Amino acid sequence: MTQAPRAITIVGASLAGLNAAEALRREGFDGPVTLIGAESHLPYDRPPLSKQVLAGDWEPERAALTDPEELEEDGIESRLGVRATALDLNTRQLTLHTGETVEFDGLVIATGARCRTMPGTEGISGVHVLRSLDDCLALRADFEAMPQRVVVVGAGFIGAEVAATARGRGLDVTMVEALPTPLSRVLGDAMGEVCAEVHRDHGVDLRTAVGVEHIAGDGRVERVTLSDGSTIDADVVVVGIGVIPNTEWLDGSGLEVDDGVVCDASCLAADRVTAAGDVARWPNELFGETMRVEHWDNAAQQGAHAARCLLDAAVGPFTPVPWFWSDQYDRKIQLAGRVRGDDEVRVVTGSVEERRFAAIYGRAGRITGVLGFNRPRHVMRYRALIEQRASFDEALAAEF
Amino acid sequence: MRIVVDFDLCESNAVCMQIAPDIFEVRDDDFLYILNETPGEGDRSRVEECVQRCPKQAISIAED
Ligand SMILES: Cc1cc2nc3c(=O)[nH]c(=O)nc-3n(C[C@H](O)[C@H](O)[C@H](O)COP(=O)(O)OP(=O)(O)OC[C@H]3O[C@@H](n4cnc5c(N)ncnc54)[C@H](O)[C@@H]3O)c2cc1C
Ligand code: SF4
Repeated sequence: MTQAPRAITIVGASLAGLNAAEALRREGFDGPVTLIGAESHLPYDRPPLSKQVLAGDWEPERAALTDPEELEEDGIESRLGVRATALDLNTRQLTLHTGETVEFDGLVIATGARCRTMPGTEGISGVHVLRSLDDCLALRADFEAMPQRVVVVGAGFIGAEVAATARGRGLDVTMVEALPTPLSRVLGDAMGEVCAEVHRDHGVDLRTAVGVEHIAGDGRVERVTLSDGSTIDADVVVVGIGVIPNTEWLDGSGLEVDDGVVCDASCLAADRVTAAGDVARWPNELFGETMRVEHWDNAAQQGAHAARCLLDAAVGPFTPVPWFWSDQYDRKIQLAGRVRGDDEVRVVTGSVEERRFAAIYGRAGRITGVLGFNRPRHVMRYRALIEQRASFDEALAAEF
Repeated sequence: MRIVVDFDLCESNAVCMQIAPDIFEVRDDDFLYILNETPGEGDRSRVEECVQRCPKQAISIAED
């Protein structure tokens, strides 16, 4: 068995990377720990970027996940504004964008993901994506200029939150979704329709089953043309059509990349190399399924697991029940588990009309997930049943 | 060990309740209640897990 590393380098200074660094210290690792991050900011929290910070309720500082004193106290060195461009596993060296090479012993890959963009919109101002603090502040500035019309492309969770926040600022919002029902692939048609209704009730002009053909403007965005030929005037466009894991810098490293860094069940990608967070793909033995998860809780827990795995190869498999929340208007939506659009869905408590309910999902006799609208207690209780591999019938019979 | 929750930060997502239902409870009014503010040393590791996993960093432990 290989020895625990003497020094550990973490590439990606965000949620997974910071949690890895902190876990190393919690576990008593006393060698050097270095965080290398492409952004110029210290690690910060992304969920507020589509919520409180975008709304203008929080100044960006409140989203900070740490501060220089805390890092110093934990003996975590950070190198910010530095991008890794290559990895050599034979010489155990990283190349940075500055041309510098740095040696590493143990490595955690936590480079996360970036937004998919719409081709052809690069030169048009007023067209945004939302991933980083800088993205958020640019979009917030455009919102503060009181645009006449905001168009959100994609009614996934990020698009939905941006639409909700923009409505909260009193802006006109049109949201365009290619699927007939938003989120139907994730939540199924019935629950996707509930999400759609929430937006309509809050005055969003939701257009479904239609794609975006073209975004046009002379320097500044003016118009969005849809696949049915209709056009929408727009002052601000936010594109929320998913993310791509940041793995290009690993090309040629010998690591297997397949929509994410491919790891084993314990998050190990190679000898003394682990991966965590939005960038990692691993077999989750609880579900018998290989997954890449783009949620806050996963990045935090997997970061810590990947760190422990470097210190102790016998740490065992990483087997969480994926869970996330999304705040839209006054609703707190939570989803736990691994659900598919064609799972059986049953409302188990509350009222869908009042938008305060929990519904559970089942497939092949097992509970696969739980969706809650302002029902956090139930979500967590059913999440525990999912963790215990309870049957769908047991879950239906449970009372919380 | 005394548990302190910053209720301005807490968003009642019940992560802590899943880890330690005997200490934290989110009720139907959507508020978090601390059932046992001063758990014994035997509960320390679970409470520390709650501190680490709270998405809002709303929980801390006071040693007094
Ligand atoms: C606007 C927004 C709202 C969200 N809201 C929620 C929510 O409500 N609930 C929820 O559960 N989840 C939410 N998420 C998802 C959650 O924030 C992510 O799952 C989490 O940030 C993933 O963390 P990570 O550390 O794996 O990756 P990231 O946060 O993507 O961080 C990766 C870091 O690595 C850096 N990097 C990339 N390549 C390199 C390189 N080559 N060299 C050095 N550094 C590099 C990047 O610049 C970045 O700083 C939201 C995400 C966004 C963007
Ligand atoms: S985990 Fe944190 S935010 Fe969630 S209910 Fe507990 S204290 Fe509140």
